[in-house]
Amino acid sequence: MSETVKGSGATASEPVGKPADPERPGLGKRLVDQVVYGADWVVTLLAILLALFFGAILIILSDESVRGTFSYFFSSPGDAISASWDAVSTGYTALFKGSIWDPSHSWNVGSAIAPFSETLTEAVPLIFGGLAVGLAFRAGLFNIGGQGQLIMGAIVATWVGFTVTGPTFLAMILAVIGGIAGGAAWGAIVGLLKAKTGAHEVIVTIMLNYTALYFLAYLIGTDTFRDPDRQEPLSKSVSEASKLPKLLTWLTDGGSLRLNFALVIAAVAVAFVWWLLNRSTLGFELRAVGSNASAARTAGMSVAKSQIMAMLISGGLMGIVGASQVLGTANANNALTPDIDAGLGFAAITVALLGRASPIGTVFAAILFGALQAGGRSMQSEAGISIEIVTVIQALIVLFVAAPPLVRGIFRLKGSGSGDAALASKGWNG
Amino acid sequence: MATATVGAAPGIGAMSKGRLYGGVSMIVLGLYGLWAFGLGSRTSDGVKSEFSLNLTTATGLKAPDITVPAAATAIVLCLLAAAMGVIKLARPLSKRVNGTVTGLFFVFYVLAFLVWATAAQTLNVASILEATVLGAVPLVLGALAGVLGERSGVINVAIEGQFLLGACAASFCGSLTGSLVAGLIAGCLVGALWGLLLAVFAQRYLVEQVVLGVVLTMLATGLTGFFYERVMRVDPEKYNSALSFAKVQIPVLSKIPVIGPVLFDQNVLVYVTMILIAVVHVALFHTKWGLRTRAVGEHPTAADTVGINVIRTRYVNMAVGGLLAGLGGVWLTIGLNISFNKNMAAGQGFIALAALIFGRWSPVGALWAALLFGFAGGLSNAVQPLQTPVPTAFLTMLPYLATIFAVAGLVGHVKAPAADGQPYVKS
Amino acid sequence: MSLELRGITKRFGTLVANNAIDLEINPGEIHCLLGENGAGKSTLMNILYGLYEPTEGEILVNGEKLSLDGPRSAIAAGIGMVHQHFMLVPVFTVADNVMLGDERVKSGLLDHAKARKDVREISERYGLAVDPDAIVGDLPVGIQQRVEIIKALTRNAKFLILDEPTAVLTPQETEELFTVMRELRAGGTAIVFITHKLKEVKAIADRITVIRRGSVVGTASPQDSPAELAALMVGREVRLKVEKPPVEESAEGPAFSVKNLTVLNEAGQIVVDDISFDIHPGEILGVAGVQGNGQTELAEAVLGLIQPVSGSISLDGVEVVGRSVRDTLRAGLGFVPEDRNHDGLVGGSSVAENLVLDLYDRPEFSSRGSMNIGKIRKNADERVAEFDIRTASIDTPAGKLSGGNQQKVVVAREMSRPLRMLLVSQPTRGVDVGAMEFIHKRIVREAREQKRPVLVVSTELDEIYALADRIAVMYRGKIMAIVPPETSAEQIGLLMAGAHPEDAVDE
Repeated sequence: MSETVKGSGATASEPVGKPADPERPGLGKRLVDQVVYGADWVVTLLAILLALFFGAILIILSDESVRGTFSYFFSSPGDAISASWDAVSTGYTALFKGSIWDPSHSWNVGSAIAPFSETLTEAVPLIFGGLAVGLAFRAGLFNIGGQGQLIMGAIVATWVGFTVTGPTFLAMILAVIGGIAGGAAWGAIVGLLKAKTGAHEVIVTIMLNYTALYFLAYLIGTDTFRDPDRQEPLSKSVSEASKLPKLLTWLTDGGSLRLNFALVIAAVAVAFVWWLLNRSTLGFELRAVGSNASAARTAGMSVAKSQIMAMLISGGLMGIVGASQVLGTANANNALTPDIDAGLGFAAITVALLGRASPIGTVFAAILFGALQAGGRSMQSEAGISIEIVTVIQALIVLFVAAPPLVRGIFRLKGSGSGDAALASKGWNG
Repeated sequence: MATATVGAAPGIGAMSKGRLYGGVSMIVLGLYGLWAFGLGSRTSDGVKSEFSLNLTTATGLKAPDITVPAAATAIVLCLLAAAMGVIKLARPLSKRVNGTVTGLFFVFYVLAFLVWATAAQTLNVASILEATVLGAVPLVLGALAGVLGERSGVINVAIEGQFLLGACAASFCGSLTGSLVAGLIAGCLVGALWGLLLAVFAQRYLVEQVVLGVVLTMLATGLTGFFYERVMRVDPEKYNSALSFAKVQIPVLSKIPVIGPVLFDQNVLVYVTMILIAVVHVALFHTKWGLRTRAVGEHPTAADTVGINVIRTRYVNMAVGGLLAGLGGVWLTIGLNISFNKNMAAGQGFIALAALIFGRWSPVGALWAALLFGFAGGLSNAVQPLQTPVPTAFLTMLPYLATIFAVAGLVGHVKAPAADGQPYVKS
Repeated sequence: MSLELRGITKRFGTLVANNAIDLEINPGEIHCLLGENGAGKSTLMNILYGLYEPTEGEILVNGEKLSLDGPRSAIAAGIGMVHQHFMLVPVFTVADNVMLGDERVKSGLLDHAKARKDVREISERYGLAVDPDAIVGDLPVGIQQRVEIIKALTRNAKFLILDEPTAVLTPQETEELFTVMRELRAGGTAIVFITHKLKEVKAIADRITVIRRGSVVGTASPQDSPAELAALMVGREVRLKVEKPPVEESAEGPAFSVKNLTVLNEAGQIVVDDISFDIHPGEILGVAGVQGNGQTELAEAVLGLIQPVSGSISLDGVEVVGRSVRDTLRAGLGFVPEDRNHDGLVGGSSVAENLVLDLYDRPEFSSRGSMNIGKIRKNADERVAEFDIRTASIDTPAGKLSGGNQQKVVVAREMSRPLRMLLVSQPTRGVDVGAMEFIHKRIVREAREQKRPVLVVSTELDEIYALADRIAVMYRGKIMAIVPPETSAEQIGLLMAGAHPEDAVDE
């Protein structure tokens, strides 16, 4: 607005960092400072606590017997308080037992690690999904089309899965590659439309999600896919050879630990995406385009190419989620079902947001949400607290993480922190 | 879906790509229809298609049923559809005429399809129209909520969440109190609350608004799902019984043949929706509040320099919009006589968002888009029992594909409000 | 009615935009605020309009203290402002824009008829012809400006601030504006006219206050000669000196030449209008001119970011037009964009990454799609040392650096490889004196030691003087003249204001 202000857009007044600070405070002091000034990790931790706190309130409010004790709160407040405490502690204890460790079921290694095996099993698809959404974020794109991409991936993986019957390991790899191809193609459409016509990726991905859903519903009914022996909508099962092998069968007799080979693929994917973003020239372009498209253009990069590549890779990663669903854990039949996406496309968004779109952060976020998911199931079965609370807690964590000033305000922390939004607002025209 | 850029001289010989592709694909589709619908085995042997134009509940004048020879009618309609493509290719058309030609193409084509699908059977057109109207109600309400928010510069992707909350609260409060009005008010209020929450996070904490909307939708999905499982399901009689507003016949109007019963023999929420479309349209384009809202959405700094409170305008709009989105949710339960169920909005909030964009951020445009989406839904449901070789899944897909074409082809012509999605930060 | 500013001071951080400014504005008078770009004129007027709060000082109307808590109270006090960037909603009609914030309402609905009537009344009274039903975005800027003036007048503005109103106008439109201003003056309106164009000041001003670097440096009368005014505006302090060996005459022809170049902007208007010039090896050509006269587009056309509609650009005899940005950069163009934050840096990425922003895919830094982090870090360490970039580490996000150091990152990147040509735009905008000297030295070295043609685009006349061997003055897309650096600031100022070379140089 003002010529003066514009000229001083970045004044020389900002403190210039000194290369080596002779009076670097000790570790303890630095830790205290980080807490007091609300460093990013502190905010994340507090966000998780806040979300669990709100979850506890929900548990209390929704418990009929606890509500009963509140009706005579003023005559005997102890009842209400202890009933509330019981409800919450039963619930969260079950959450812990179902996801990390259950002391009462630890007579051998197999059952001791069973909860954590479940956590990892739930975390694996979230890792792929989180990487996918995070990668698109880094390129300045919001991929909420995970649902559609993973469906297309699952379709191709299933087709390869029941068509190719051997040899064992190769068939599985082929099916996974099929999943990648299906998801990548569906994602690339979005990138192409964005780059060539400027169509906003959010609208296009939402529409493609529904298109994929209906396409899936149609395919399951076709002769090529339908399982002729079943009444319900279900495709043929994939071949034994193309299933993802379980990793921990040697620990237990019955092979009850579900953790499968997808974990290994996930490790590879994390390493690949880390390399792509931090070490490859393509990743350099993606990040530059994502954070300042006009500077990228001035430096000779192709914005269109970056957008297409980002959506292609993002879709491919989502495709792996689809493949791991049918080849692995989605259902006992290892078959395509109309709800094969299981909400993972949207859960992936929360993982990427919590992981701040970095591959390593995504791993931690996925394990946390995987634990919530695994623990949520035991919370439902053992404490009667519906698993939907997990969705609530996840959404709240992300909401608080997205608004650090709110968290700092609630806990009366001082700092303004880095204040960098994970994403700049750009709107439909951007 | 013309993609010719505005301002490019429509010179002779220089045919724009959009016109060429558009025209050619219309002709190709028309001819394909000729072959598939007109000359196929389904319509052979001189079978007839019968269309009933009356709802079974119709009380007024009735229109006679229409019976046409299937093959001949389908052929004529497909030729007409192809002719639209020829017109498009023949010469550059004004925007308005071009729209009409494209619209007519779709009308002819859909009719040809219906004749073919109905061959040797009967189809109740009036019930498709009724399904269209009923399906469009929540979409219009959601889109109007979007219009109010986005015209003031706040993107609202949380309409789906507002639907779920509104539906849940309406069913719960309605059942608990036995009062439909209590359910209605509760549903609207939670919608407004959600709108305000979004506005606060967007304006105060500067969270990216599309992401924010998705997260708030997840939160609403979780909250309503949890509440349903833990409370409502425990005692459906008490907390979640199916309720509905009674149908109200509008005198005279409801006696009009065909559309009378479809439009004017419905419950009060349908009429409220109709009125709201008009109210929002008038408010947005003909009142002081509307002028200011649009200014804030287009150029907040300009609005600020004439003393308009940008932030407050946005909060008010998001709250009022939230009331409407909440009402859309109310419709899903006590508007349709259905009890609440987990995730029952089933993506209609996102379709409302598409209707908003398809309808170019205007109330009337949103109405047409919502009717189109509603029609596609009604059509695929009605065609299902006719056992056509074309899977109904593809019919259901059409609106989504159309939206993709629209955003890909219309971008550059129709822009969102210039400051849509950008928080206002004073320098 | 009179308006008085007393001791207005405004600081942004440590930057003093206005320093104890006193100003008096009287009815029926056109008061010119004369000063260079960045002198602090607009800041002062934004304070007067209630958009900024002054750090110190007060505003008096008729001797009474006025407290402004926003534009609304300024409007109520009779102050109207036409901003440099118009505050109009492009998709609204003229009438809607005029009534926005001060709506005409009849029985709850907008009274468009009354709004139209009000616009017509004001248009007729002051000769501001405009169609009240036209969509503002479709109107030429000159007419949009009229809408802004009408907007202020319908709010009964007694004091009208015009912020650089002629910057966007053609000479004819400027004349029309002056007629309107005279009309308003006759009607008793007080006008504050902000400009840096001497000719206009002489043509219209009743009183002149000159501002330089945030302070009032004097008052002048329109009868003073342009030379005197220019001296007052530009100042007589010692100019920046850069050690500069003389250009060596070379037998070869020009290394870089532009012929009949014409460029259109997105709206289809001519922004670079049939210009031609040459630069010899080792020579620095300075392009002077007011911002927005086609310099940006000239630079972007050379880079290949926008394609010209006609004309040619050749470097070492090879045609450059039609090449992609990547190819142009690879062919050896060093390009420093005018707005480093927008086009030069990725603020969220590290200093090290920004130092290879357009070099990352060269064999030195990557092979087969994989970047060599070791080499990139080594390069960063070297550049940071060589260009004295003050940063906590090479991993610090570039956005966290001070403006001067950010600029050094861009300059270091663009000048640390073998170049065939260097193009720098606003090389020292928002940069402290130390960094400025350093950057200037490097530019001179590139020309004189490497014998490369150098094109310097700057709106700072001092900078042009310090660097250029010849000065091309751009005005409305044309090069008015190419003059030697001995030409006086007054003469160049006249050329920048669109005077014909004969008039300007023969003064």
